Amino acid sequence: MKLELFGHLVLTVCIFGSLFLFVAYAVYFERKVAAKMQNRVGPDRVGWYGLLQPFADILKLLLKEEIIATQATKLIHTLAPGISVIMAFITFAMIPIAEGFYIADINIGMLYMMAVTSIGVYGVTLAGWSSNSKYSLLGSMRASAQMISYELSMGLAVVGIILITQSMSVVSIVDSQTDNPFLWNIIKQPLGFLIFWIATFAEANRLPFDLPESEQELVGGFHTEYSSMRFALFFFAEYTHLIVASSILTTLYLGGYQIPYSSVWLAGANEWLVAGLQILMFILKMCLFVFLFMWVRWTLPRFKYNHLMELGWKYLLPLGLINVVVTAGWLLIYDKLF
Amino acid sequence: MIVDILFYITALVAIISGLLVITGKSPVTSALSLVLNFFCIAFIYLMLEAQFLAIIQVIVYAGAIMVLFLFVIMLLNLQDDMTLFERFDLKKGFAVLLTGLFLLEIAYIFSLDSVSIAPKGVTGASFPELGTVESIGKYLFSDFVYPFEMISVVLLSAVVGAVVIAKKKVD
Repeated sequence: MKLELFGHLVLTVCIFGSLFLFVAYAVYFERKVAAKMQNRVGPDRVGWYGLLQPFADILKLLLKEEIIATQATKLIHTLAPGISVIMAFITFAMIPIAEGFYIADINIGMLYMMAVTSIGVYGVTLAGWSSNSKYSLLGSMRASAQMISYELSMGLAVVGIILITQSMSVVSIVDSQTDNPFLWNIIKQPLGFLIFWIATFAEANRLPFDLPESEQELVGGFHTEYSSMRFALFFFAEYTHLIVASSILTTLYLGGYQIPYSSVWLAGANEWLVAGLQILMFILKMCLFVFLFMWVRWTLPRFKYNHLMELGWKYLLPLGLINVVVTAGWLLIYDKLF
Repeated sequence: MIVDILFYITALVAIISGLLVITGKSPVTSALSLVLNFFCIAFIYLMLEAQFLAIIQVIVYAGAIMVLFLFVIMLLNLQDDMTLFERFDLKKGFAVLLTGLFLLEIAYIFSLDSVSIAPKGVTGASFPELGTVESIGKYLFSDFVYPFEMISVVLLSAVVGAVVIAKKKVD
């Protein structure tokens, strides 16, 4: 029993530690992708191919002077970045990265994910309000309105998956997708996938939906008045959101850690080998989504605010409802026929 | 034992945050105290093995309603604290009277020996399956389907009302 607890602790530290590393390198990856798309070189000074750049960035931000605006509400101003980072991180607790490798599996896992995402809005909202600056306030109001609007569509897309799986546990959602790629949820729920994917752009504050911090109109939006390590925390939270969103997409729609046809060609293999391959598979799928997020960011321009709201309420929400009704109806007919 | 200690800590935080809601000077502080209060109550639900209720409390109240509250407070930008405090009038006096009566009722009920909050030995752990999504869904769509549908009609009428009011202002 004690050993089990210890093993669990080690697993938790490993998962969150590697998440930290991935987030640091997501920034590097983003800069390299942007550079390639704009025909530049990107960071290449620090270390081999600039691979030590993330650590140089963190060190630089740590050494900067911390400035808090005199009119700011100090306590909330200090707490806000922490809320953002923690809420981004703990979503990952639900995600299985290989068979049996997860921090927690609760029977309301999907609802937990939705709850944590909706609480994450507080970090951004409070940061903007407590800074006592017009740009920050505008940014945080945009953020709260945007996230509430897109959460609804996101939730409806998830309902489709819950209907198919007949369970809210994330582990059983991955199990139900099996190792046959044609049974993955992206094939069963193409519309749901599209809705969920678009909504994650808004939830993660990524272009084309990065209105809460649009540099050209709001300076930096909700984090205009932040400097030094607190700014770094927001930056960190943003990239954590990117990684976590990609992981959730992988888990829900791309079969999570499942390796295509592994029951055929990996039958009887060493279980540690299988686990290692599954983790690699998970990272590969996650990186695919991370790259897609970056590709979109450096390709599409930003939405206008009214267009963003129209897309959320007039298109994604009705489509989400249709998806739920069609899925439920199909399940009912399928049940009656076969 | 640990559960008892956790309960008392949570209850204390819930009461303090509840008091902060009504005594806080700035509306945002009040709203944030209310969020803290909702979390405490969600935690108590969780200790009673009502996971679904707990998570819904967080999603609906803390995650959606309070964010909208904060949004409105920021939009109105209430800086003048005094606008929130009205003078004492007949309506307020009536409210105080009603609250006092309710308090007396509660005190009376707790003074009776036969009444306790829950039968002895019965805790949330006695019915672990009661708090799950499956059982709540089953009850909601079989035994309680009529009230459930009624509530959705009430909510729908509220939405229609909001749209009508918003439309009038635009025209």
